[in-house]
Amino acid sequence: MLFRILDKQEFHSLVDLMLESTEVIGPKKIGGAVDGRPIHQYLPLFNFHELDLEYETTEIPAKSYFLPYLENLSTWRFTDDDWSQEIAYRLHPRVILGLHACDINALLKLDKVMTREFFPNPYYISRRKNSFIIGVDHHPCRGGFCRSLGTDTVERGFDLFLTDLGDRYFVAIDSERGFTMLHLVTVRQVTQRDTDDYLAARQEIASGFGPTLELKQLPRVLDLQFDSEVWRRWGAKCLSCGSCAAVCPTCYCYGVSESVAMDFTRGAKVKQLYSCNLPDFAQVAGGHDFRPERETRLRYRYYHQHRGFLEQYDEPKCVGCGRCGRSCLAGINPPEVIGDLLAAEESS
Amino acid sequence: MNYLGIKPVRPRVAIFGFTGCEGCQLQLANGEEDLAEFLSAMRIARFRELSSADEEAYDIALVEGAVTRGDEEERLLEIRDRARVLVALGSCACYGGVPRLKNCFDPVEMNHEVYGCHPRESLPTRSLREIVTVDQEIPGCPVAKVEVERIIQHLIWGLPYRFPAYPVCLECKQRYILCRFEQGELCLGPLTRGGCLATCPRGGLGCWGCRGPAAEPNYGEFIAIARQRGFTLREIKERLSFFGGLEVTP
Repeated sequence: MLFRILDKQEFHSLVDLMLESTEVIGPKKIGGAVDGRPIHQYLPLFNFHELDLEYETTEIPAKSYFLPYLENLSTWRFTDDDWSQEIAYRLHPRVILGLHACDINALLKLDKVMTREFFPNPYYISRRKNSFIIGVDHHPCRGGFCRSLGTDTVERGFDLFLTDLGDRYFVAIDSERGFTMLHLVTVRQVTQRDTDDYLAARQEIASGFGPTLELKQLPRVLDLQFDSEVWRRWGAKCLSCGSCAAVCPTCYCYGVSESVAMDFTRGAKVKQLYSCNLPDFAQVAGGHDFRPERETRLRYRYYHQHRGFLEQYDEPKCVGCGRCGRSCLAGINPPEVIGDLLAAEESS
Repeated sequence: MNYLGIKPVRPRVAIFGFTGCEGCQLQLANGEEDLAEFLSAMRIARFRELSSADEEAYDIALVEGAVTRGDEEERLLEIRDRARVLVALGSCACYGGVPRLKNCFDPVEMNHEVYGCHPRESLPTRSLREIVTVDQEIPGCPVAKVEVERIIQHLIWGLPYRFPAYPVCLECKQRYILCRFEQGELCLGPLTRGGCLATCPRGGLGCWGCRGPAAEPNYGEFIAIARQRGFTLREIKERLSFFGGLEVTP
């Protein structure tokens, strides 16, 4: 990995240049919650001042720019005795600016599922390859538990990664196009003082984390506590609304339906991201339902996050961003649910 | 070539309105983009907002509104006899809707409040399914035209239509709509069947539950959540009872 120093003024110029030539997505303050907390979302930026890199988190992850909630997979048309279809991949390049380490780690996990499986997802790949990712370091956010999962730092999956050193950014470069992009402005080599400041900044961020969860035993505990009353207790609270999976940066389950025009000769195949907490998620032909109870569905979600995904991809699916816990009106959140499971195992 | 190999036949469709605001019928005349295609998919036997046709023979009857008078009940029975498929159109037809609220009050007082010293015949409000067999319900205040189109297509194909099992919340997330609870408002989104594309939250208003319950509404937890956020039981109950489609648990 290469490192350079980018003065804040030069960073401003770089963003302006990007805004002139391409779509730039970044964290933007869109309002406030009733408790006074600001609300940010990753949205298209129209000028530099809309960008708020001091944001704590966003409600919706950047996932929707790679796996849209609703996606037109193909449009088709019937003629007299024939039919044709059109498939369009998104190929316009765009910059996604200001992602935190957890969200870049989430993309790395999605990469495993979407690009390295037997059937790669061309829609995802076209978006991923055409997205220039600029990450940014930040202080720990409320409700996040990334450090417990080792996703509070990220070593790849981005083009550039910025650490704020006050008047300048310490830039990690992880791609050739990232290196080339920096040619648009003036950057300088890293001095010993920059390195010292960088390490101090990293140290300060690291010291801001609260206690971490011990998750090494979690996959085993999940199996041992399969029938735990912890699931009944938390399951009873579940609203089966699917918000947790919707705001999860790594949930990728979906359904496909056909939307047919009223003239019955045209239509589209539409993919919709779904959630394993929704009531009909495990319903199959004939009406049988593998997971008819709320608690079973909630448990299944945790199993996929921390056990099933691990079996398949050697790491948990969860990045500890805390979005599911924040968006859940019933207050179901992984640190508490997992904490209860670990406690149940200890006392059994 | 035909979709799923089914040759679409044009059913004869008649549209009727009982007690309600006639807004659902109006929705059928909306959506100019494909209104011509929509109307071409059927033969209108009766639709007073768009046509002067008034035929007694029809395959599908779309009936809007609740039943609040004796003559409405008689007419509904007659429509049931004639129609192969009877569709309840809108929340009034499905649940009684807003007119159902009058059932919470003394009928004589209610009549006087509205008609003064010229009382009119008025029965307790009933939904269509309290009187006749209903083959298909399309809830909503008003109905969503896109959903009506889908349902008409399924009737033409002879296939069952599946409503979304999920509540409105998912459609808010899909559209980057901020949670109304987070904005300090009461919202029935977590209980209410999706499919409206979160029209009200998108416009900045909490959900009022016009579409009735999602597949598995968690009333107990919902009420606990709303009370925790400072809403009184009375406020919550009033909201739950507004369209008559949701359970109003004590």
